[in-house]
Amino acid sequence: MSLSRRLLSPWSTPVLATGAIVITFALTAGPILVAGANPVAAYFEFLVSPLTSRFTALEVLVAATPILFTGCAVAVAFKAGYWNIGAEGQLLLGAVAAAGIGQAAGGLPQLVVLPLMIAGGALAGAGWALVPAVLRVRFEIDEVVTTLLLNPVALLFVTGLLHGPWRDPVSGFPESPRIVAVAELPQLLDRSRLHLGFLVALALVGLAWYALARTPAGLRLRATGLSPHGARFAGIDVGRTLLGAALVSGAIAGIGGMSEVAGIQYRLTGGLSPGFGYTGIVVAMLGGLSMPGVILAAVFLGDLTVGASSAGRALGIPSQLGAVVQGTLLLVTVGLLALRRYRLARPAEAAAGGATDALAAVALAGDVADEPDPEAGS
Amino acid sequence: MAGQAPGHEVNGPPALELRGVTKRFGDLLANDGVDFDVRRGEVHALLGENGAGKTTLMRIVYGLSGPDAGEIRVAGRPVAIHSPRDAIAAGIGMVTQHFALVRPMTVAENLVLGRVPGLRLHPAEARRRALEASERFGIGAAPDAVVGRLSVGQQQRVEILKALARDCRILILDEPTAVLVPHEVAALFETLRHLVAEGLSVVFITHKLGEVRAISDRVSVLRRGRLVGTVAGTTPEPELARMMVGRPTFGVMREGAARARGGESVLRIDRLRVETSAGRPLVRDVTLEVGAGEIVGVAGVSGNGQTELVEVLSGMRRPAAGSVRVGDVELAGRRPAAVMAAGVGRIPEDRHASLVGELSVAYNLVLERLDDFRRGGALDEGRIRAEAEALIARFSIRARPGDRVATLSGGNVQKVLLARVLSREPRVLVVSQPTRGLDVGATEYVRRELLARRAAGTAILLVSEDLDEILALSDRVVVMYEGEIVGEMAAPEADLERLGLLMAGRGRAA
Amino acid sequence: MSFLVDLLAATLRNATPLVYGTVGETYTERAGVLNLGIEGTMYAGAFFGFAVAFATGSPLLGLGAAVLVGLLAGGIMALLTVTLGANQHVSGIGLTIGLIGASEFVNRLVFTGQEAKRITPFPTLEAPAALGPLAPLFSQYALTWVAFLVVVPLAWWLLHRTTFGLEVRAVGEDPEAADAAGIDVFRTRYLALMLGGALMAVGGAFFTLALLGTFTLDIIAGRGWVCIALVIFGRWRIFRGVLGALLFAAVFSLQFRLRILPGWDSIPFELLLALPYLVVILALAISGRNVAYPGAYLKPYRRT
Repeated sequence: MSLSRRLLSPWSTPVLATGAIVITFALTAGPILVAGANPVAAYFEFLVSPLTSRFTALEVLVAATPILFTGCAVAVAFKAGYWNIGAEGQLLLGAVAAAGIGQAAGGLPQLVVLPLMIAGGALAGAGWALVPAVLRVRFEIDEVVTTLLLNPVALLFVTGLLHGPWRDPVSGFPESPRIVAVAELPQLLDRSRLHLGFLVALALVGLAWYALARTPAGLRLRATGLSPHGARFAGIDVGRTLLGAALVSGAIAGIGGMSEVAGIQYRLTGGLSPGFGYTGIVVAMLGGLSMPGVILAAVFLGDLTVGASSAGRALGIPSQLGAVVQGTLLLVTVGLLALRRYRLARPAEAAAGGATDALAAVALAGDVADEPDPEAGS
Repeated sequence: MAGQAPGHEVNGPPALELRGVTKRFGDLLANDGVDFDVRRGEVHALLGENGAGKTTLMRIVYGLSGPDAGEIRVAGRPVAIHSPRDAIAAGIGMVTQHFALVRPMTVAENLVLGRVPGLRLHPAEARRRALEASERFGIGAAPDAVVGRLSVGQQQRVEILKALARDCRILILDEPTAVLVPHEVAALFETLRHLVAEGLSVVFITHKLGEVRAISDRVSVLRRGRLVGTVAGTTPEPELARMMVGRPTFGVMREGAARARGGESVLRIDRLRVETSAGRPLVRDVTLEVGAGEIVGVAGVSGNGQTELVEVLSGMRRPAAGSVRVGDVELAGRRPAAVMAAGVGRIPEDRHASLVGELSVAYNLVLERLDDFRRGGALDEGRIRAEAEALIARFSIRARPGDRVATLSGGNVQKVLLARVLSREPRVLVVSQPTRGLDVGATEYVRRELLARRAAGTAILLVSEDLDEILALSDRVVVMYEGEIVGEMAAPEADLERLGLLMAGRGRAA
Repeated sequence: MSFLVDLLAATLRNATPLVYGTVGETYTERAGVLNLGIEGTMYAGAFFGFAVAFATGSPLLGLGAAVLVGLLAGGIMALLTVTLGANQHVSGIGLTIGLIGASEFVNRLVFTGQEAKRITPFPTLEAPAALGPLAPLFSQYALTWVAFLVVVPLAWWLLHRTTFGLEVRAVGEDPEAADAAGIDVFRTRYLALMLGGALMAVGGAFFTLALLGTFTLDIIAGRGWVCIALVIFGRWRIFRGVLGALLFAAVFSLQFRLRILPGWDSIPFELLLALPYLVVILALAISGRNVAYPGAYLKPYRRT
């Protein structure tokens, strides 16, 4: 099927994503009206106004940065068939590592400290992902539950540190002392909060795309996610593949935590993550589990986040509407994906779970390899 | 011998009538304007090869599938059937090939499923009803037995009882003898004659000519979704066969003499034991050898340990004890990568699960040896494509390298598997149900390939439910029953009756 | 001795929301659906129950509102996973995000101002003094009594002794067989999800309408997820799941009491708070292997 025909078919991914957005806005018009505002004005505030000024447009990218990390992390794991719902906790552990290194790194050159922080964030995130992964691979214990349960534990760990050994002696608030100057991620542009973390995120997403689409390990990972039995039969070590995917996923989320600490907060705080790990799931799904899709979805949700707080100020709508829209968007996306699979499936395909045309067709025309259906059971 | 049931009436409207029933699955026309009727008190066989559309047609009648066109009439009146509930209400019962029984539940619970009005469920009451139904229809079934633990023949009886207990007037049986041994088949036919004498109508789906003539009053033959014709059950077999396939077939057969045991043993299985996680034995102390250039056929009704045996040989399951050697490499309990490295090629019975349907033909073909197709750290797409094209040509696969395997027909999927396996020139082939569900052309292709491998010196272990296939291809035949090898003989000495007895657990060889 | 009685009393009290949640999720999973929306459902039950109680002055009406919210949440989940056949993991997470977001949205909209809003919560039913030292054990909220003495046995009876329960179990094991037997698979799953949702929401409402009398952000703190783990630990059986709930609540209650003992107060209380979660993970690691999931777990049903 030619590229243009694929894009124009009523069920192609770009059309579907657009449809999901439209339906979501229709559904959330109600709460907006209840909040006493005009839905059209609200959506304008949400989507368009962030793009109107240089500062806010760059803020969109700032907001997209952490969810680029978690979206990528979740997408990699889900593609392997590993349901990593613990990106939230993995991100927090990465933040802890970064804050720790950042406080102690005085006197070292930045060229050493920054890679050290990245490595520390990755190791911490991967470490937090290790136990559920091992339990899954060795004992077949459902990783959904174990990764989920470690999220509140990670938060407790952070709060414990902030109320205890890392309580800022200067301010007395439950936030850590500031990291040293060399540990800060440099700003990319002046008069903006956009920092190096954004480029690190893009680099990671690009790396992930390449690895998944072009390397043997990536193909094995995709095969494992699409058909664990078929992969095992072909001699692929499914356990090792899952473990690898889980650790890589945790590492990426951990680097995301480091990025927030070293690029925005410059310290560890209790409110560091307003659910980045969970939003990462929305990003991964909306992006069709493809890396180009993750980029587009992360920027879109970043736009929503910035828009939500400005809509809050401008129209008096609580910024929590952003979370409502996110949740609704995820549900509508997932529902439409399921509807599409139902409509288009032929019997043999229905058995295999149908397929998704990735947004890759739009963004990176090289990746027309098969993508797994994020709708396929588990 | 044809079954002529007394009380077989021609007066009055047919018990069941289909007019112009059509069903499409995407491009595939599974049923094409089928007209079909069943009289009261009649056993009507629905005959056709695999894929002719018989099961699809009856699933429509039972509400498990919806027709794209056509009408169904019961006792002369049109009925709308949108679900099994509607079908049951219309007096239609069906025993599917994969029984619709909930395995962890008891017989009584399964019988009562969907039938008890109101909220309360009394276990004692359910048990009583089960016993009652059992006596009324003369079909024995213990109410408290857990269905999952019953033998296949017993499960089938429970299924039939379930249908009858709902006062069905039309009973559809889909390939009921596929899972039965000869004496169970005789018992089933006896039951059917008894039921039909009381006015029940039976539709009997089968692909076996012998059964058709043994039990049916009339036969309707389907071929590629179309009704070829409806004839008397006494019609001679060659004519029925011709209606089924459109030409007389003799099938692919082993040429020349069966190889006598004497060649060097390549595959040695020694006292292999496989158990469930609860310790229940599935394969008991199986000892078997296969020599180079020899085909050893494993006959037996499905469910007697063959699947587990093949799983161990494929590296997909760990045995509890025993050894599997290829040459001097021990493979028991090793993973697929090691098994393949030792020169074992595997053609499994579940084709779709053993490939990655969502990946392309090309990727599937090279999936076992990705490291051979690297360029630096990345995949060498050019070489992968070239290899795929070569294999597609060599094995006549009707597909392009970029097509998703999930879109291929059954025959082509099997060819992909064959290509993947045979391109590595294995010393040993472990093959399970290689032609199940394939059309005649694909079946012949596969069998010819296996014989070619045999001529080239590969040791082949062939597991098949199709006794004709076993007899046509094997040099030696062994029979498995309840996890053990109960008989072994050279192919010329093997005949259906002897094999049938062994498969049923009787006439054990010394 | 009184320490023990006090601990047991606290265990029963703290186990209450988990019992509701676990029983609700057991029904859902027995029917073949994993409902990760439990965290959000409990949260929404807690908030909307509180909001209605605040507005009307009646915690009972608040409870009713929680039930309605739970039914609605279960219905949405059913629409997605049963009718549309969408991926269950992601649908559940989306529902949780959406419900928590909606709750906080309305919270922000309606409850402005700095002081925490309070309601008169359900009272504890005091046990007769005649019970002496055991009295604290029996001084529990009505919702707790109902949980252990009504909901648990009723749930078991419904699942094992009624046609509805048989249908739920059949649909979760082998929906094709159930369909062939004439059972309406979709309807049964919808009912199981809605019943489960209602129970989960009541569990959440227990926090605001009984235990605390007020609503705070992060009020559920991951206890919905704990219920998911408890269902697996309980092998999808009602009584065993309740046992798991008691275990978690016991560790939870214990760590509160340990804190004030000399020597224990130097241990950071976050570590102690984390202990119950870790114990559950450990319990799963020990007993969660080779469990027999319901046959149709995570698989949507389609007739071709």
